[in-house]
Amino acid sequence: MKFGVIVFPGSNCDHDAFYAAGHLLGQKAEYVWHDSEDLGDVDAVILPGGFSYGDYLRCGAIAKFSPVMGAVRRFAADGGLVLGVCNGFQILVEAGLLPGALIRNRSLKFVCRDVHLRTETSNSPFTCAAQRGEILRVPVAHGEGCYYADERTLDELEAEDRVVFRYLDNPNGSLRDIAGILNRERNVMGMMPHPERAGETLLGSADGLVVLESMLQARPVGA
Amino acid sequence: MTAELIAQHQLTPEEYQKIVDILGREPSYTELGIFSVMWSEHCSYKSSRVHLKKLPTRGKLVVQGPGENAGIIDIGDGWVIAFKIESHNHPSFIEPFQGAATGVGGILRDIFTMGARPIAVLDSLRFGRLDDPETGARNRRIVNGVVSGIAHYGNCFGVPTVGGECIFERCYDGNPLVNVFALGVCRKEDVFYAKAAGVGNPVIYVGARTGRDGIHGASMASAEFTEESKQKRPNVQVGDPFMEKLLLEACLEAMKTGAIVGIQDMGAAGLTCSTCEMGSRGGVGIEIELDRVPQRAAGMQAYEIMLSESQERMLLVAARGREEEVFEVFRKWGLEAAQIGVVTDDGKLRVRHHGEIVAEIPNRELADEAPLYNRPHTAPPCAPRQPERPIEAGVQEALPTLLAAPDICSKRWIWQQYDYQVRTNTVAGPGAEAAIIRIKETGTSVAMSLDGNGRYCYLSPREGAMLAVAECCRNLSTVGAKPVAATNCLNFGNPERPEIMAQLVEAIEGMADACRFFDTPITGGNVSLYNETLGEGIYPTPVIGVVGLLPTAPPVSIHFQNAGRTVMLLGGIGSSDDVRFGSTQYAKEIVGQLWGLPPLLDMEYEQRVQYAIRRILEEGLAESAHDLSDGGLAVTLAECCFGPAEIGAQIEIVSHLRPEVLAFHEAPSRILISTADPKRVTAIAEKYEIEAPVVGVTIEKGLEIRQRTVTLGSWEIAALKSTFERAFESYVR
Repeated sequence: MKFGVIVFPGSNCDHDAFYAAGHLLGQKAEYVWHDSEDLGDVDAVILPGGFSYGDYLRCGAIAKFSPVMGAVRRFAADGGLVLGVCNGFQILVEAGLLPGALIRNRSLKFVCRDVHLRTETSNSPFTCAAQRGEILRVPVAHGEGCYYADERTLDELEAEDRVVFRYLDNPNGSLRDIAGILNRERNVMGMMPHPERAGETLLGSADGLVVLESMLQARPVGA
Repeated sequence: MTAELIAQHQLTPEEYQKIVDILGREPSYTELGIFSVMWSEHCSYKSSRVHLKKLPTRGKLVVQGPGENAGIIDIGDGWVIAFKIESHNHPSFIEPFQGAATGVGGILRDIFTMGARPIAVLDSLRFGRLDDPETGARNRRIVNGVVSGIAHYGNCFGVPTVGGECIFERCYDGNPLVNVFALGVCRKEDVFYAKAAGVGNPVIYVGARTGRDGIHGASMASAEFTEESKQKRPNVQVGDPFMEKLLLEACLEAMKTGAIVGIQDMGAAGLTCSTCEMGSRGGVGIEIELDRVPQRAAGMQAYEIMLSESQERMLLVAARGREEEVFEVFRKWGLEAAQIGVVTDDGKLRVRHHGEIVAEIPNRELADEAPLYNRPHTAPPCAPRQPERPIEAGVQEALPTLLAAPDICSKRWIWQQYDYQVRTNTVAGPGAEAAIIRIKETGTSVAMSLDGNGRYCYLSPREGAMLAVAECCRNLSTVGAKPVAATNCLNFGNPERPEIMAQLVEAIEGMADACRFFDTPITGGNVSLYNETLGEGIYPTPVIGVVGLLPTAPPVSIHFQNAGRTVMLLGGIGSSDDVRFGSTQYAKEIVGQLWGLPPLLDMEYEQRVQYAIRRILEEGLAESAHDLSDGGLAVTLAECCFGPAEIGAQIEIVSHLRPEVLAFHEAPSRILISTADPKRVTAIAEKYEIEAPVVGVTIEKGLEIRQRTVTLGSWEIAALKSTFERAFESYVR
């Protein structure tokens, strides 16, 4: 499987995503520059964390206009797997590929720490290798990660089993403890915690790998 | 040139005469400005250079010592690390957020200028007391500003902030210290130097446009603060970490083209410093035309362009004919780059503006022949030998008080605002004994620790500086790393006062002795003088950063892991007396005084303790290891109990020391470990001829300390831990 890691000016978790997919998972991985209008032959796309375009104006607000996002949109429309982590989640929300918004943490401060996530569904290509109810220890690192949406949207997400992860120890004030969600077609996921940072017990936890392993399982090579 | 104008530029009449002698004529206004920043204390080290020469700078692993943008150490397999510490004290007082942010930005540029990608940042911070009725509110605002400034810059840039220290004293009320350490990694053959070469080669400017911000920042950092200092806010620069991130990626990519000859960032003294230093190092001249410098403001004068300290700018020399390769990379990253001049053969910095020559100065005289002062030094100020009041006992109450003390309590509130994990290399981050960053490419890791103790140094600058080096090395040894090299940041008051100069001289000598002894050469650093406000100086605060190497492996925790393990104190109970006890946190927080002398250090013994712990860790004999420092044995014991499982300890010690001295004295060369194999630990201790008494056993819950049969204190761990974890937040609110 070949992962495409999108690089915006200001992305800073691109190397980490590349390392997790390429080294820890042993898959092919390549960087895709933001002004590219073509994703090439990648089988899945990761929008990594960071501060795309400096996060000026609003997190992800400028990135959504970059040429590569047109390609990502088409890729997603064709059923391709798209994972947005942290700033990647913010971009997906700004681009309208996922509902809701990510606003300033309730504490008004950047927060970096390990959190515990409950896997709310295994019915997704990002969690099919996990058990429903499985608790994962994964770090967060963000200033604007408070998930916000109107009640109807939140109800809809829950009714359609599209909340993938919830915080057990909500670090940012996200409504209904939501840490990660799916689009209606279930092939696009955004999450604030960093699964690519939880890839080795040496660094504290390898729980995050299950997200990438699920993607691999959901789209086996040649499928 | 009027005497007034010369004085405004902080040049003495003698210094001015030297300028006239060098030029063979009166300087122009622009030239006066150029000399004033290059010969400022901040850029020229004119008061400290004589003494800095005493520091050891060579070693087997040293690839580059002082004199470049950062020191470089060989870590094997063809890889090197570049690291340095720098201060941004004065700007952080005037404008805490931007002052601290640009402090981070400046040191990061120093690292990637050398071709190394920054992979870790640590901070050493000093603030005034947060609970002071008069200055507390301002100090809290400074803490908030500095911490969010560091977070803002480091997080966005994408470098993990993995450790540091943070101390509060009244003497830092008007003079906070913000010292930032950064470390990067690269291939040995990919190191770049800040040296111009090749007559006719183009001189290229890249990055942010030049504005009027930061003019005379270096001179500001070379004077005491007075009532008028607030007017200097325009002297503080504004940082843009996004621009810096682009510069990082673009510079590393441009370096790969092979078309870059030399490169230097524009930091203090901006375009002036980068041009004349690159020229001087290469023994060549540089001619630039200021019309070609990208400018943010209209109508800037030559003086302003040369002295601006606008951030996120780099100067580089490319190989003639290959400019386009360099420009192409910068275009890709959306950065502005312009050829502003050429390398010449006459050794001069020639500056043109609208075609007219506005400055023409020999590079070497400007950059390397600044005035040198061997300032008079007498003896450091004295503190009382004995406390004014008797020391009250009370270990039971004192421990929670100390665990809540600002210097000791958990700084989670601070470091949780820093991204300490980005780049996925953080094996041990904030809150650990020392920070550990693995190097993915080599299978080895780098451990880092910063230390400085103003109280110790006030009581004895020489011993205090030695203790800081010893403690840093001990921190590294306690995580299994071998200390290999160091960088220093010397924060002192006004060197024109002989007793302050004496502090500087003694601290440097102490640091030199200790670094020589522990074989940790100083590969670079920074001196920050004139840390005084309204005539009131800070404690002498030399901060040392030591790096060590170790194989990549799961780190040993400071926390007890299992009940039923033997608790041993490598190095022994140690000793103290009423004089040496005056420098402790107990003296500060419980007695409320500072007196006497710092703890007594025996470097030979310290070294043997460090050999022993490294051996013990190598053999996998310790389940936990934590060195004793602020707050002594009792505080260290409590911290060992604060793991997720809250494993406690039952401690019983035979000692003739008074209870509070036994529990809280801060003698160095001591490490507390828990082990399942005390026999083998004892054997190693005997081999290295150190004491290693068994002092107790780990238990399921609770901490109890007995002296013989008398219980000094007994505590519930959850309550102690909550005190330790929550205290800081209540101070900064």
